[in-house]
Amino acid sequence: MKDDAVAGPILAVKDLTKTYRSGDKPLHVLDCVNFALQKGDSCAIVGPSGSGKTTLLGLCAGLDRATTGSVILHGHPLDHLTEDQRAAVRSQYVGFVFQNFNLMPALTALENVMIPLELRGEKHVGARALDLLDKVGLADRRHHYPTQLSGGEQQRVSIARAFSNRPAILFADEPTGNLDEETGTYVEKLIFDLNREAGTTMILVTHDMELAQKTQRIIQIKGGRIAYDSLIQESVDVKE
Amino acid sequence: MNFLWLTKMAWRDSRRNRSRLFLFMSSIVLGIAALVAINSFGDNMQRDINGEAKKLLGADLVLEARQPLPDSVLAFLDSMSTAAASEVSFASMVLFPENGGSRLVQVRAIQGGFPFYGDIETTPANGRKALNQKQNALVDHTLLLQYNARPGDSIQVGNQTFYISSSVDKVPGQAGISTSIAPPVFIPMQQLDATGLLQKGSRINYKAYYKFDDKTDVDALLKEVIEPRLKKDEVQYDTVAERKQEIGDTYRNLTGFLNLVAFVALLLGCLGVASSVHIYIKDKIISVAILRCLGGKGKQGLGIYLIQIACMGLIGSVVGALLGTLIQFYLPQLFAEFLPVAVDAAVSWEAIAQGILLGMTVSILFALLPLLSIRKISPLTVLRASQENQQTDRSRYLIYGLIVLFVEGFAYLQLGKLRESLFFTGGILLAFVALAGIAQLIIWLVRKYFPVNWSYIWRQSLSNLYRPNNQTLVLVITVGLGTALIATLFFIQGMLLEKVSLSASEHQPNMVLFDIQDQQVAPIADITQQRGLPVMQEVPVVTMRLEGIKNQSVAQMKQDTTLHIPNWVLNREYRVTYRDTLADTEELTAGTWKGTVDSPQDSIFISLDKGIAEDMQVGVGDKITFNVQGALIDTYVGSLRDIDWERMQTNFLVLFPKGVLEKAPKFWVIMTRVDSAQQAASYQQAVVQQFPNVSIIDLDLILQTLDDIVSKVSFVIKFMAFFSIVTGILVLIGSVIISKYQRIQESVLLRTIGASRKQILSINAFEYFFLGSLAALTGILIALLSSWALAVFSFEVPFHPPLLPAIITYVLITLLTVLIGLSNSRSVINRPPLEVLRSEV
Repeated sequence: MKDDAVAGPILAVKDLTKTYRSGDKPLHVLDCVNFALQKGDSCAIVGPSGSGKTTLLGLCAGLDRATTGSVILHGHPLDHLTEDQRAAVRSQYVGFVFQNFNLMPALTALENVMIPLELRGEKHVGARALDLLDKVGLADRRHHYPTQLSGGEQQRVSIARAFSNRPAILFADEPTGNLDEETGTYVEKLIFDLNREAGTTMILVTHDMELAQKTQRIIQIKGGRIAYDSLIQESVDVKE
Repeated sequence: MNFLWLTKMAWRDSRRNRSRLFLFMSSIVLGIAALVAINSFGDNMQRDINGEAKKLLGADLVLEARQPLPDSVLAFLDSMSTAAASEVSFASMVLFPENGGSRLVQVRAIQGGFPFYGDIETTPANGRKALNQKQNALVDHTLLLQYNARPGDSIQVGNQTFYISSSVDKVPGQAGISTSIAPPVFIPMQQLDATGLLQKGSRINYKAYYKFDDKTDVDALLKEVIEPRLKKDEVQYDTVAERKQEIGDTYRNLTGFLNLVAFVALLLGCLGVASSVHIYIKDKIISVAILRCLGGKGKQGLGIYLIQIACMGLIGSVVGALLGTLIQFYLPQLFAEFLPVAVDAAVSWEAIAQGILLGMTVSILFALLPLLSIRKISPLTVLRASQENQQTDRSRYLIYGLIVLFVEGFAYLQLGKLRESLFFTGGILLAFVALAGIAQLIIWLVRKYFPVNWSYIWRQSLSNLYRPNNQTLVLVITVGLGTALIATLFFIQGMLLEKVSLSASEHQPNMVLFDIQDQQVAPIADITQQRGLPVMQEVPVVTMRLEGIKNQSVAQMKQDTTLHIPNWVLNREYRVTYRDTLADTEELTAGTWKGTVDSPQDSIFISLDKGIAEDMQVGVGDKITFNVQGALIDTYVGSLRDIDWERMQTNFLVLFPKGVLEKAPKFWVIMTRVDSAQQAASYQQAVVQQFPNVSIIDLDLILQTLDDIVSKVSFVIKFMAFFSIVTGILVLIGSVIISKYQRIQESVLLRTIGASRKQILSINAFEYFFLGSLAALTGILIALLSSWALAVFSFEVPFHPPLLPAIITYVLITLLTVLIGLSNSRSVINRPPLEVLRSEV
């Protein structure tokens, strides 16, 4: 499945719609969303609570199926894949950083970082995982369990894990949302530095406009639709 | 994904949960232990039965008849065999002259070197040899204990007094308990006549024992040479192979039954495993979702936890097998009274392997029910914790089917009969469904009629019965089933003993004198009355055999394959009485009763028990011919009777009118009532001293013996039920501790917002009180229903709801549940909220 020389965008979202049923009534969470990201792009998705940001992230990462429309991730049309095939795509191309860290509580910091590599069937994964932990400054805490780490430390382990499988695209859901300002700033820097270093495409879901402005592109979602896309705005501005 | 990685992940994931995983598996330990113990014991017993097969019979061939064996056969066998012995046995009274005690025993007069294999175990040893000397007797050790006698004392059998040379500890092939009613007294054959006990009409057994050389094929000899020379219906024979088969079958049935009792404990444990794994997996949803998010497949998630459960199943089974192997060393002692051979406990690797395999299979099978849901956990759960899989997993039904098939397969293997095994499986299913149904009903009722006006504490504890992660279903099933098992046992035991005691109470006779000759009736009645005792019944008994029915001879009927008259009906010796009136235990159901025959030319109209009439396939007016010790008597069925066999008095299948049998050889039965043990002893002594041929059954002694037997049997069953009870308690403890993880958040929250320790304790106490109460009441309800069914349909005793035992069971089970529940809550209550959260979550 690995094919780094993909032609075209890393992520292409076309006419994406997600509808839930709330009782008898349909609830349109996303409505005809379109955008695409090229290799190395960084994009922030912003919007008020309940606007559909997290749903969009989940669909882009293949965690859920769209009601209509398509998501093509690294050349793979996700809506045509089974859950296990989507899992294989995630394993190859996707990294995640979550607001609540989502480390596996029964595994040590090192083991958490090793998991994506092990799932890909790679060997000698310990050294790479330790290297990544070293990069996030936690090599000496490698044998600690998540409950023995602070929030900031857990997020750093989560970042190391996200980069462990050398993802083509990184999805970050409010990565600093549960951290204090100082730790948040440190984690922000870590993500952007590692992203730059690895040349990874990044989608960041956040409420924080200051953080969003650090990305190359900002997409604002309102009521399930794209209300603002900085890329389009820029092109309009250029034309004007 | 390779198995090694799944195993590594299972290992890693288990590190923080091992105590919980071990807790699940503790539920199956006792079930496996019980099964391994029983199977090991069964294997050892089979081995010992095989090894000591010849000792079980004491000879290569035994012939047995109710009359002296034909001389031609004896002479022929004497010539064929290398050694021969004979025995004449009958029931009779014995008297201990030193203390005046007397009792009904089985007198066994022996001639020759029986047993040829094994020995009659005696104290002092080698007592069998001394029996060859005249006037020595070997007396059952329990009988000696009962009458405070010992070797060296005397015992009077009939007119002859014997010297007790040894006490008998064990007779080859005879289980200890089988000698409780009539303990054996061995005397030399040459002294038999001197006892004066061989009277016409007495029930006497004649046996001949033979030993052949090793080359002789006894079974072939029996079939080809001996059988043609014997009248099949009158002589029974037994060979080593047959005895081995009979005893093997009997004890296989016993171990099969005990295995099923143990299996119930294992099933209870498995239910505990399923329920614990269900809660465990709920805690693992996020971990699995993360794994799926990172690219793991559903099957991999399932694989990780399946490996964990399989490993725990293996550990639980190994621990159970070890425990079972230890327990089986105790079983020969537990079953000693019921065993025909001394069983040496030895490790049975086959039983251990079976136990481990069984433990792993059932733990995986039951854990699969909750584990299957792992495959459906959505990776989206990491973004939305509320994301829940709403799909119905059809593979659940496959697992349910496999579980039912497994239970049926196991039961069939144990019982060897499809019908019985289906009953067992059906019964278990029914009990589970009934308990689950009641639990769901309770949940529904509490929700529907929730007492909104009650105080917060009561409402909170009641609502815990139906909230998510409630334990209502699992506790009602496990504690309920355990309670049902043990309570049924107590109720039935109580009812049986009560019934036996009732029949001995009030103004019913409690002493039966039989084998009384015609001329002895009046003097014995005098002795009875002189002592102020009532002669409650004086009944003549004539023994006879069936000669023909409806002009067809017994021999013809046996050859007629269209008739389905049971052989025992045709072959048995009928003990018949005659009188002119019906007793108050009898009620006519057909025909009329004519109590006298006025002239020898008149037709004789007899009355039959309606059950035996059905077996004989006769009705009113049909002709039956009896052989009364050589004389053929034609009779006609005049009436049918319904007899209350429960009453302590003489009852007869066949009743003759007066005027027919008065001159036939007969004996008499006299019934009386004594009010104290001393009175009974002195009365028996007086009768036996003057009339040594008369036998006396002391009902109080029989009651004591029955009580003893019932206690021994019920102890064995209680011992097995104990495994179910303790498993139930373990499941209870497991469920309570597992649920602690679910309840901590809530308790901490309550404490944080100001609830006092007392309030939280009260909420927990009431919740467990409700759970314990419901489980106990449901179990007791099932026990009452099953006791009723057993009482009415199986034991045919009146059913009286045993209120006091039911109340005691209810209180004990409820108290236990509350105590276990509260002991678990203490750790949450006695520590600061934050400390609890940090350490437990």
